[in-house]
Amino acid sequence: MLDYGLKNRELFPETKSDGTVDIDLSSGKYTKVWQGPNHPGITGNMSLELTLLGDEVMESKTHVGYLHRGFEKLMERRRFINNFPLVCRICVPEPDFNEYCYAAALEELAGVEVPENALWIRTLILEMARLQSYLMWLSGQVGAFGFGIPSQWMLYCRDRVLDMFEELSGARIYHIYMLPGGVRDNLPKGFKAKMRETLNDIVPLLRDYERVVFNNAVFKKRAKGLGYINPDWIEEYGITGPNARGAGVPKDVRKDNPYLKYPELEFLPVTETDSDVYARAHLRWRDVMMSVDLIRQILERTPDEGAFKADLPSMLHWKIPAGETYVNAECTRGEYGYYIVTDGSGYPRRVNVRGPSYTHAVTLAEKMMVNCNIADVAATLVSLHTYPPEVER
Amino acid sequence: MSWKDVLYPFSVWKNILKDPVTIRKPEEREGSSRYRGFHINDLEKCIGCGTCEEICQNAAIDLVPVEGIVAKPGDSGLRPRVDYGRCCWCALCVDICTTNSLGMSNKFRWSVEGENADKAIDREKFGSPDDYLFVIGAENKYWDNSEMGYRKPDNYDLTSPVRVNMDHLSALERQDSFIEMMKGYSKEQAQREADRCVECGICTAACPAHMGIPAYIKAVREDDMEEGLRILYETNPLPEICGRICTHKCETVCSIGNKGEPLSIRWLKRYIADNVPSEKYKEILGTDKIEQNGKKVAIVGSGPSGLSAAHYLAMMGYEVTIFEALPEAGGMMRYGIPEYRLPYDQIDKDVNYILSLGVTLKTNTMVGKEITLEQLKEQYDAVFAGTGLHMGRSTMLENADHKKVLQSIDLLRKIALGEDFYVPEKIVVIGGGNVAMDITRSLARIQRKKYGRVNITATCLEPHGGMLADEEEVVEAREEGATITPAYGPQRIDIVDDENLKGLEVAKCLAIFDKEGRFSPKFDLDDRQFYEADMIVESIGQGADLSYIPKQLNDNIEYSPRRQIVADPDFQVKNQPWLFVGGDIVKGPDVITGISNGHLAAVGIDRYLNKKED
Ligand code: SF4
Ligand code: SF4
Ligand code: SF4
Repeated sequence: MLDYGLKNRELFPETKSDGTVDIDLSSGKYTKVWQGPNHPGITGNMSLELTLLGDEVMESKTHVGYLHRGFEKLMERRRFINNFPLVCRICVPEPDFNEYCYAAALEELAGVEVPENALWIRTLILEMARLQSYLMWLSGQVGAFGFGIPSQWMLYCRDRVLDMFEELSGARIYHIYMLPGGVRDNLPKGFKAKMRETLNDIVPLLRDYERVVFNNAVFKKRAKGLGYINPDWIEEYGITGPNARGAGVPKDVRKDNPYLKYPELEFLPVTETDSDVYARAHLRWRDVMMSVDLIRQILERTPDEGAFKADLPSMLHWKIPAGETYVNAECTRGEYGYYIVTDGSGYPRRVNVRGPSYTHAVTLAEKMMVNCNIADVAATLVSLHTYPPEVER
Repeated sequence: MSWKDVLYPFSVWKNILKDPVTIRKPEEREGSSRYRGFHINDLEKCIGCGTCEEICQNAAIDLVPVEGIVAKPGDSGLRPRVDYGRCCWCALCVDICTTNSLGMSNKFRWSVEGENADKAIDREKFGSPDDYLFVIGAENKYWDNSEMGYRKPDNYDLTSPVRVNMDHLSALERQDSFIEMMKGYSKEQAQREADRCVECGICTAACPAHMGIPAYIKAVREDDMEEGLRILYETNPLPEICGRICTHKCETVCSIGNKGEPLSIRWLKRYIADNVPSEKYKEILGTDKIEQNGKKVAIVGSGPSGLSAAHYLAMMGYEVTIFEALPEAGGMMRYGIPEYRLPYDQIDKDVNYILSLGVTLKTNTMVGKEITLEQLKEQYDAVFAGTGLHMGRSTMLENADHKKVLQSIDLLRKIALGEDFYVPEKIVVIGGGNVAMDITRSLARIQRKKYGRVNITATCLEPHGGMLADEEEVVEAREEGATITPAYGPQRIDIVDDENLKGLEVAKCLAIFDKEGRFSPKFDLDDRQFYEADMIVESIGQGADLSYIPKQLNDNIEYSPRRQIVADPDFQVKNQPWLFVGGDIVKGPDVITGISNGHLAAVGIDRYLNKKED
């Protein structure tokens, strides 16, 4: 916990053994503040209900419900193919993990073998998705501290990756390039060269970012020690991804439960040990560099021609035998997974999406905000990298 | 904390002299070559099948009439309209489009500009959801002809363009027998084939009987044969027969045929009928008990139209009697189509079910001979005549009346009747339609059985590729040993004497019709061939024998230029309300048209008799 220099602790309510405090609102000592849902310091459509004593947060409650679209239920009434335009919208900044998990789960249940080309292209898409999503986060994290310039650099870099998505799939955000049995097409002509060029263009900016953010007295002063996650919480709260790796726990689905072409790629999960905002930011920056490297490896090995989609029955009548499965993947925030039950009909019986943001934005954030200074709430929340659309689906 | 942490942040200033990366208005970045922007549609290619509408999960597409586009077989006459208030740019509509007419441009800017700008302030107008409706390709948008943008990739289909083949006897297995050649689909094959259907209904519109094709194909997919049979009998009481020999106008227009092979609609119909045992028909079709209405209808001829009329009349409670000149029911289906294409037991299955509804069949009873049309008029409340085309047309060449120059239709009848007749070693057939192929292939089988080898040549005016027979008929005939020589026309029949022929001389046919489209073949007389033959079979079409219609009545009947009887939409003959007609003497010629006529005539008869009562 950061020491804000407030020595006069007897004004503060006592923290009980379970970490909660008794707050008597009628005492007049406390202020209630809503951070969100419309607030620049909140990551999208959610809000924190903060109870303050002076500048310090005594209690935080995460409120969601601003973005509930009932997707899981809607999916039960749509043909399998027609859920692809839906699943990508479950997580706006990172749609591709939804496409992948959904497609892979269906393929597993239907016993479909996906051609080699499609496996490579899917791996490429997932790494590109990671890259652009992290870039947006790098922008947002420093933005939360008021650093406008490196923030803009990263948005530019992200746009360059989105350009490549547009080249590949015809859309910048909702790619819908993975479909049952594979992908929509092989890589377009000239794609590899353009992608390499894009990477070559953004790496210098990433280096600049490193220089001005991680060697920055203000950033260090504010981010180091802020938003500490105790490694003991990892298992208890189901924390995954950079939030866990920042605490020295090397959780990474790409290694722990390898999928697609990851077993054939060279990489090691990045970890840090300080487990604070600074450590997690640095870790994500290193993850970005690793993604760049992985994309280069994938481009080397993705075939240009050949089958990219398995032969399947008509998508208008496709029925999948009864069964259930859980398919997961490592997204930028941790473990992303789809649990799907089929009943032999042309529609999924039940789909449950496991996004990492729920645990991080609700349970973990509520715990971490206690005793945080109001000025640091935004930066702390951003450092958890939560995406409200996948909290509520 | 070190000195670096204070100094490094200032390195951002190094960018001060660089150009900005943002694009400034009015410059615009082009969408990528696969960009999923505004839709484009080739209105000529599009057939209005509505499959794009079917797949769109947002109900963003509906089909609307477009000026200048009219419905015709294979084209609904409608075109897709998209609602950009709903579209999510997924391009699934493009992927599934059955003609590849639909695509997307790389354009993404659509704003209210120039003289329309003030409308933007007019909330009522601007706020209307209709502003975002757009008939693709019909509104002269600036992106209509965009070369760039998303198109369905090659080798990527949401529904298979490849037909499931049906197992059949090889040429070796079938060339000397009349065993049915096509073996029928297995369940797995039928379901795989049925899976390809996009349920557009383009076929239903083209089918003369407007059969509920997508619905019965769905029944195949869902393995519900009972439902399938019920759907078949709604419009067609001869499914075993049609499932084998229908001319399948539906398949010709099937929308899947636009970018692949059309659905095997005919074989799927056969699959349903083949897989329901006769004993269960009545129970499934709910015809165990039919309430009788006490009225009587006579039917002349037991061909497709007669049987169809009998079926639907019996269903309505009429007492129906069919008069058939030949020993068994079926008309041209039994006496004109060889057994290897349509086995007799399958005809029996369809016919027996119709008879089981209480229909009486009087065979060997020729109207005009054993009983007259006037007698039928007296004894019955209404009469339906569907007597078909049982007289072969002659080439009218010199010596065409020779003993050994015969009509295909007469020979096919003899084969069906099991009669023994003269089949020599060398035969020439004149004609290139399906009947010509039927007789050629039948005689080839008999030749092979009798002599151990085949020597039969069929010759026709039409060039290869333009022959009237189905392509597969020609291929299979050749496989069985027959010689087919298209684009040669008969010139002269040479005879030895009254008993024996020498053969047929033919010449290369250069054109069949004159500029006005009249039949007037032109020949290249320098390119001639002579086919030796002990028998020549003419197979150039058939005509009706309407001698059973008394002269006085006949004089009151109107005929079309093609010598078909003119009847009203109920198939009631003008000025003769008691007489209804159908089948090849009115329309067609083909089986399914006859079935449709019979059905409509049955409804017409019912209407007429109910009206008469009032
Ligand atoms: S692009 Fe998708 S949402 Fe839009 S009309 Fe086509 S199918 Fe419907
Ligand atoms: S699917 Fe294609 S052919 Fe059919 S209506 Fe739509 S655009 Fe036209
Ligand atoms: S059989 Fe062909 S034309 Fe008929 S509904 Fe199916 S796809 Fe459409």
